[in-house]
Amino acid sequence: MTRSVKVLAKGPLTTVQDFGRPGQAALGVGRSGACDQASYRLANRLVGNPDNAAVLEVTFGGLRLVVDGDVMVVATGARCQGSWPHNAPTTLKSGGELELGMPVSGLRTYVAVRGGFAVEPVLGSRSTDTLTGLGPDAVAPGDVIAIGEPELAPPGIDVAPVTDPETGDVTVLVTPGPRRDWFTDAAWASLVEQTYSVTSESNRVGLRLDGDALERNRTGELPSEGLVRGALQIPPSGKPVLFLADHPVTGGYPVIAYVVDDDVDRCAQLRPGQRLLMRAKTSADQRRH
Amino acid sequence: MRVLPSGTTALLLELDNLDEVLGLYAALTENVPEGVVDMVPAARTLLLVTDPAVASLSSIEDSVRGTTPRQDRRGWGEIVEIPVTYDGEDLEEAAHLLGCDTAEVVRRHTAAEWTVAFCGFIPGFGYLTSPRWQAEMPRRSTPRKNVPPGSVALAGEFSGVYPRESPGGWQLIGRTELAMFDPSRDPVMILRPGIRVRFVDEDRRP
Repeated sequence: MTRSVKVLAKGPLTTVQDFGRPGQAALGVGRSGACDQASYRLANRLVGNPDNAAVLEVTFGGLRLVVDGDVMVVATGARCQGSWPHNAPTTLKSGGELELGMPVSGLRTYVAVRGGFAVEPVLGSRSTDTLTGLGPDAVAPGDVIAIGEPELAPPGIDVAPVTDPETGDVTVLVTPGPRRDWFTDAAWASLVEQTYSVTSESNRVGLRLDGDALERNRTGELPSEGLVRGALQIPPSGKPVLFLADHPVTGGYPVIAYVVDDDVDRCAQLRPGQRLLMRAKTSADQRRH
Repeated sequence: MRVLPSGTTALLLELDNLDEVLGLYAALTENVPEGVVDMVPAARTLLLVTDPAVASLSSIEDSVRGTTPRQDRRGWGEIVEIPVTYDGEDLEEAAHLLGCDTAEVVRRHTAAEWTVAFCGFIPGFGYLTSPRWQAEMPRRSTPRKNVPPGSVALAGEFSGVYPRESPGGWQLIGRTELAMFDPSRDPVMILRPGIRVRFVDEDRRP
């Protein structure tokens, strides 16, 4: 008999996410997938799923679901109030409920079930790409989502010792991007010295940052060019957009810098209003990595 | 070729023109360097997305520098016919900008053999170029909020077909019923890099 979960409440935004659609950018199909990839990977490992299994990405809590059949479940990423399986895989008996309150810190929580969520893949992935509309619709109350068959042995871990997403100011490392030379040295200094704040216009496509505008040292248009997550693009407003999982495949505004890939997951946990500092990566940082 | 940094997982190769981009893209597609997981050709650049666990950016740069671009990059894909009704809202404007009448726009557009140079913007959108289309078409000064799906359009050196309703600043010259993007069809996308395209005037079909 197929096991499933029924969604009773979804919070502000809950989507199905997996490893995404790498390798199809030349077709105009972006990677998408989980925004905080480290938390996504951890969730799957804790319930013995393959690395590309589909999970629920819950934005700012509010998910409530009931299971049909006994289901091993875990939550990772942003720790929500009342979330007993946080970093701690637990079997929920048939008819049991999981309810996520508001996160104590961070923004995105990953809920994995043993066997993975078995929605229909589109172009090889079950991820909802909020930019292009590829993949399943966002999760809605009343949805019944089937659970797949387990493929691997459960790892038998009680609690994973990982730190929760940061509260307060967050500092990440950046490296010069392909169009660093479109900006003055003063603009670069401003980028790596000022404190930005994350605006409420942020989403899975990217974080829109508020701060002092950065000045270009040249006019003219840039032919659109490819980019990946972590790109800091400077639109005409001079205020950076930090691209996340659902970024467009190409962009027509200059990318001044990149956030180092390991730090992008932390950016995906930033809430509107939280502050972000970017520091230029040095050779000392290189040795540490 | 200039190699521009793009973070810890990608390299942006900048070339002098679209032909050079596509020649290098074709060569790298035939012989993908170890560690490259995705490639994004664009008008002047080719982005290589890598898996740093497999190969370092510097070793990938070395293999790119050792690659000979293909010279015969046009016309390596299959030919697709796209039936078009040439009644676009900007057809008159396009004719004016090209300095000819609307019938001549249609004649030139259908006479050219187009190639999908690269894709992007939205899934299923191909940027089509043709050696027989040397015009530079300015974009509309005010982009439309909603371009209807199937719109056949011109901008810069390119022609394109909107796969679905979206905002857009291209000049609309016609429309097609052929779905550019259909997840239930194989192939899902009609326009993929290298595919050759002929536009067929529906009104002149025998």
